[in-house]
Amino acid sequence: MTSASATPAGAAQPALAVQDLTKRFGATLAVDSIGFEVAAGTTAGLLGGNGAGKTTTISILLGLLLPTSGRVRVLGEDMLRHRHRVLPRMNFSSPYVDLPHRLTVRENLMVYGRLYGVRQLGLRIEELAEALDVGQLLGRQTGKLSAGQKTRVALAKALLNRPDLLLLDEPTASLDPDTADWIRTYLERYRAETGATILLASHNMPEVERMCSQVLMMRRGRIVDRGTPAELLDRYGRASLEQVFLDIARAPYPAPVREDADADP
Amino acid sequence: MPIREAAFAYRPGLSAARVGAMVLRYWYLLRGSWPRLLELAYWPTMQMVLWGFINEFMRTNSAWVAQASGVLIGAVLLWDVMFRGQLGVSISFLEEMWSRNLGHLFVSPLRPSEWVLSMMAMSLIRAVIGILPAALLAIPVFHYSVFSMGMPLALFFVNLLLMGWWLGLLIIALILRHGLGAESLAWVSVFLLAPVSAIYYPVTVLPGWLQAVALALPSAHVFEGMRALLFQDVLRWDHLAWAFAINAAYMAAAAAVFVRSFEAARDRGALLQTGE
Repeated sequence: MTSASATPAGAAQPALAVQDLTKRFGATLAVDSIGFEVAAGTTAGLLGGNGAGKTTTISILLGLLLPTSGRVRVLGEDMLRHRHRVLPRMNFSSPYVDLPHRLTVRENLMVYGRLYGVRQLGLRIEELAEALDVGQLLGRQTGKLSAGQKTRVALAKALLNRPDLLLLDEPTASLDPDTADWIRTYLERYRAETGATILLASHNMPEVERMCSQVLMMRRGRIVDRGTPAELLDRYGRASLEQVFLDIARAPYPAPVREDADADP
Repeated sequence: MPIREAAFAYRPGLSAARVGAMVLRYWYLLRGSWPRLLELAYWPTMQMVLWGFINEFMRTNSAWVAQASGVLIGAVLLWDVMFRGQLGVSISFLEEMWSRNLGHLFVSPLRPSEWVLSMMAMSLIRAVIGILPAALLAIPVFHYSVFSMGMPLALFFVNLLLMGWWLGLLIIALILRHGLGAESLAWVSVFLLAPVSAIYYPVTVLPGWLQAVALALPSAHVFEGMRALLFQDVLRWDHLAWAFAINAAYMAAAAAVFVRSFEAARDRGALLQTGE
């Protein structure tokens, strides 16, 4: 069931290293002293219910949100001090952050390709249009696409610069099972071919089981458990990650945080 | 290093390619909608026609206006430079808010300074598209060419555009802080400055205390300069120097306010969440 991606031999430093990361919004503690590492060339999953702190964590990793305290190293760079060194090497996709509605798909890809300094941009757009089956959408206004089409276009935008680190929020949301499976296969192939690292936030447990070599379970701003999908299934004595997720989500809070779960990397 | 200090530590390098990419983004938006293009030229033209007829009437009924044919037309066209300059910056920013696109923009290598430069460039394009047809139409209809002012016209134009830009930056800063609830500022704020900008009358018409307020604005110096040129055929370098100096000071202050608001938005997570 689990096809875990392996860390490539010789990968010296993690693609992502988060230490003691905290984010407060006034009196609300959105992220509470979390720490984790994601090895280069692997896919990690960030799981948790609504309000668990996934989006806040991803926003900090992207540099969109300033943490209250803690350290974030992305692709070897301090994200707070040198985010402009590393931003050209990462990208992001989320069905909840739109691309400009009134621009056509091609115009959006042209603009973002130029922002990322993509060479031979026209060729790259054609390549992605074919790979993600959005060729027939290039001339259409982005705002007039279906939710599934928008997800594929957002993914095309996220892959324009051939990122070394890809942060994906619900990458297969609104896609039919066939297209979703096709996208997962594409992402797995992209990671295998380029050695890219993927951090995935998803509520689709079979997707996480299939794609991720490491899973971080969040609840109320904390990482309450972590491990490979197989380790988590074994630890909770469950047959699927969905059951593990429910066990964690429904446990009395504060849950008995595993001793090794919140340790700094 | 403290978090906030570290956040400001990156070098503010600029990329012309990224500025160009953003100008292209706004240009795509503009060219994709003919009503928008038409609307750009519609209001300046209507304003010019209205003030053109007032000017015609006043020319035969007012000794003051009779001394300088076209003074009111020149004033309305120049005032539109400021208005369009400010609106050009604010609208480009609002487009990103309306489309909830800030999240994508600021995970890309785009720097806030590049974004601001692209909005300024777009504002210049919008101002030219909006005002040039009205200025050209004034020649056959009212037999007045604003271009007859010569080189000083360019200096007036630059100063009013600069004023529109820093005003636009301040409005963006306010919207970043208070959300789209402050959106209407983009349309109304400029009218707050109109009475003290001495567009159609000399600064001396204003009460004493208000004259001090007027002279603290670059626009009042520009319009005083314009009248000196049209009435006395004199280029008042003192007014131009004041306009440039005041613009420089306000631009620096507006840039500082913008940077603080942008970082505050990053602190609150507003870049990801702000939208309609």
